[in-house]
Amino acid sequence: MFKELRAALSENIRDYGMYIALAVIMVIFTVLTDGLFLTPRVLSDLIDMTGYIAVLSVGMTLVIVIRHIDLSVGYVAGFLGAISAILSFKLGWSIWVIIPATLALGAMIGMFWTGTLVARLKVPAFVATLAAMTIFRGLLIKVTNSETIFTGNEAFNAIGNGYIPDIAKVDGFHILTIIIGVLAVLAFVFMEIRNRKKLIQYKLRVSSMPMFIIKLAFVASVVMFFIFKLASFKGLSWTAIIVGVVVFIYNFITKNTTLGRHIYAVGGNPEAAELSGISVKFITYVVFASMGMLAALSGILFTARLQSATPTAGMGFELDAIAGAFVGGTSASGGVGKVTGSIIGALVMASLSKGMDLMNVGVSYQYIIRGLVLVVAVIFDVQTRNMKSKKA
Amino acid sequence: MKNILEMRNITKEFPGVKALDNVNFQVKEGEIHCLVGENGAGKSTLMKVLSGVYPHGNYDGDIVLNGEVQKFARINDSEKKGIAIIYQELALVPEMSVYENIFLGHEFHKKGIVNWHSTRVEAIKMLEKVNLSVHPSTKVIDLGVGVQQLIEIAKALSKDVKLLILDEPTASLNEDDSENLLKLLKDLKKEGVTSIMISHKLKEVIAIADTVTVLRDGKTICSLDASKGEVVEKDIIKYMVGREINDIFPKRENKKFGDVLLEVKDWSAFDKNLGRHVVKNVNFNIREGEIVGIAGLMGAGRTEFAHSIFGNMKEYGLTGEIFIKGKPVKHNHPSDAIKNGLAYVSEDRKGDGLILIQDVKQNITLANLNKIAKRTVIDKHEEVIVAEGFRQSLNIKTPSIEQKVNNLSGGNQQKVAIGKWLFVEPNVLILDEPTRGIDVGAKYEIYTLMNELIAKGMSVIMISSELPEVLGMSDRVYVMAEGKLTGELPIEEATQEKIMEMATL
Ligand SMILES: Nc1ncnc2c1ncn2[C@@H]1O[C@H](COP(=O)(O)OP(=O)(O)OP(=O)(O)O)[C@@H](O)[C@H]1O
Ligand SMILES: [Mg+2]
Repeated sequence: MFKELRAALSENIRDYGMYIALAVIMVIFTVLTDGLFLTPRVLSDLIDMTGYIAVLSVGMTLVIVIRHIDLSVGYVAGFLGAISAILSFKLGWSIWVIIPATLALGAMIGMFWTGTLVARLKVPAFVATLAAMTIFRGLLIKVTNSETIFTGNEAFNAIGNGYIPDIAKVDGFHILTIIIGVLAVLAFVFMEIRNRKKLIQYKLRVSSMPMFIIKLAFVASVVMFFIFKLASFKGLSWTAIIVGVVVFIYNFITKNTTLGRHIYAVGGNPEAAELSGISVKFITYVVFASMGMLAALSGILFTARLQSATPTAGMGFELDAIAGAFVGGTSASGGVGKVTGSIIGALVMASLSKGMDLMNVGVSYQYIIRGLVLVVAVIFDVQTRNMKSKKA
Repeated sequence: MKNILEMRNITKEFPGVKALDNVNFQVKEGEIHCLVGENGAGKSTLMKVLSGVYPHGNYDGDIVLNGEVQKFARINDSEKKGIAIIYQELALVPEMSVYENIFLGHEFHKKGIVNWHSTRVEAIKMLEKVNLSVHPSTKVIDLGVGVQQLIEIAKALSKDVKLLILDEPTASLNEDDSENLLKLLKDLKKEGVTSIMISHKLKEVIAIADTVTVLRDGKTICSLDASKGEVVEKDIIKYMVGREINDIFPKRENKKFGDVLLEVKDWSAFDKNLGRHVVKNVNFNIREGEIVGIAGLMGAGRTEFAHSIFGNMKEYGLTGEIFIKGKPVKHNHPSDAIKNGLAYVSEDRKGDGLILIQDVKQNITLANLNKIAKRTVIDKHEEVIVAEGFRQSLNIKTPSIEQKVNNLSGGNQQKVAIGKWLFVEPNVLILDEPTRGIDVGAKYEIYTLMNELIAKGMSVIMISSELPEVLGMSDRVYVMAEGKLTGELPIEEATQEKIMEMATL
């Protein structure tokens, strides 16, 4: 069985690589900070500070899958964050109006600016979004008037700082959090078992029973470990819930819908996709609209977290988002990339920052180390891919 | 004569497939040795082992070159020993000139500064060797495939090759270019170059081979010696497929044609990039239950015609009308054409036919995902059933439908491409060079399939550069040249000579 475990690991090293990397990074920082890294408070904060990058990474994954890039998302997020703050503070709108309005605005920016330029006018995405980056930087300064705008709305701020309410508190544990965790684990186990049954029915390859059980038990215990950590503090944050929902939806769309399949087909071979009746243009519009919408969400999360919009909000987000996607195994040559991978990638990058912060590593070193990690991740990705095709 | 090459007990496994199983392969110095076998028999793999694509340690067995055991770690190592391999997919840089391409990777230079003068002089010498009269400064992109193939050979010669390997070199060449190439191989033989050629075209194998080795299911079946009169088509086929095939083209019972299904009137396509018409005033029709062949030389505009009526307009300006069952239709995008019952199996399966990084099942369902989806959510189990069905009915050789298409042999990739378009359930199936790179057995299967389809009332348009196939399968033949339809012949009147005359008009 050890042999099978080894074989499974080496065969799927590309898929598991980043989980292992994340685990290693967490263990290292836990040791180096005498356990501080794994305290509930730090973990909770880590999740919230990953949130606004993670949603961008999700959108960026699809953009990179269809062989484009979006450099504008940082300032688009900053700009839309400022708009939402203005709507909240100056106009006093409720978040139930602000959120959909901002998301729609984001989707429109992605569609009408980037989408039109890239899909219709064939401007390279790099240039189109580079231009958008400067434009929205300017717009951000304009709308904020170079000042900080507070949201002045408790409900709004809760999106970035608040926690889900509890139904009861037992022994200091946040019960609703635990219930959600247990339900998630049960759903996961149920789906895995059903999937495995079908695979066997169709005589496709599956791992052996003991391996399967080990995998389930492992995933379940890891999830429950973190759930208990969070539950012993203030429970799940709203950010965690929002990111969870986004990941769930995007994961479902990419894996199970015709739209998802079309996106990967366009990334894998645009000419073949076009000849198969898929409109490459339409898919390009959709993917950039989704990117714009997620940029809006990122802006809302960030504004809520700071409880205000600033004239420099969003600076450098795009780089973190791109890094997250690449660390998460998205291939620069298109057609390959998983939403879940990118989330882990974003978490890896955030863990590095958080860990180094806790250790009081200087900002200069932080940037250098994060850059090196990105390169190592991509080298790993490229190498394992070559290895596979050589072996195969 | 001594053996220049011996490959002993070569075994090579991929996950789930034993591609080579104790293969023994001997090549005599100075001969032309043809390697034949069904799709997926392991021919390409054997040559990749030989040339170091799969490095030493990646396979079992020994490669003995001129009596010495070789352990190639990379392609460069085998090149140093005088082995050059030319793949079916050409590996030239389209935007570079002929001479730059020939010496790419081993430029004449002093301390890194290229000496363009001697490069050009040497390039001309190499071009002479392959009997090419193109100007060395021409960009490769402006040349036809036949010429490009010869340039590949010139490139190999410039590296002082002793053993030249060609993997299906004539698969995408027309008859003239093929003949040219075969003649060149014979000339090279006189100069002492040994060649190994993989081919599915048995006619040319018989014309040129000194020895033929047959592989089947990863095993050597036999080696046939031409000087002993052993190289006979019937025998080769028998050894290849393990049974006798008497007719190359399956018989068709009672032909029955219905109404005109697709009609194209005054169809022209102007290519804005090239600045000229690629299709000019074509009038074309096809009836239910009919197989119409479109013959012509490479570049006659047949593929462009197919793409343009299929709605893949690229940079085309189109004029003319399309009627389906008498009703005028417009195809602004391939999806419109698909909706109207058309399907197009591309001639370039790697370029625009398949998604190589995806698996067999994803490729098969791609053009008709809605059929296995409920409210856009794909039923993956339905997908497995569909793909499994095509794997069996088309006899696709793959360890699993979850295998990446990239890892299939060329012929099996073609079957996946056909399966993909059958799943669309079209009324008119356009096949562009359907049997390119396909073995005799599989060809027969594809022809049988075509007959089954028309028996159900479907129509098949077959674009093909292989005249025997056009003559053997069509009910009617159109001939194209320089974008124009230059002739239409009922099958009774069609002969190779007539078609060639119209094609070169
Ligand atoms: N990289 C790979 N990974 C997995 N299987 C492979 C790979 N390359 C080849 N195979 C398998 O090995 C077998 C032999 O393939 P190969 O390409 O050598 O066939 P071939 O004789 O050249 O066929 P064709 O005439 O169709 O080109 C096939 O079953 C193929 O699917
Ligand atoms: Mg081959």
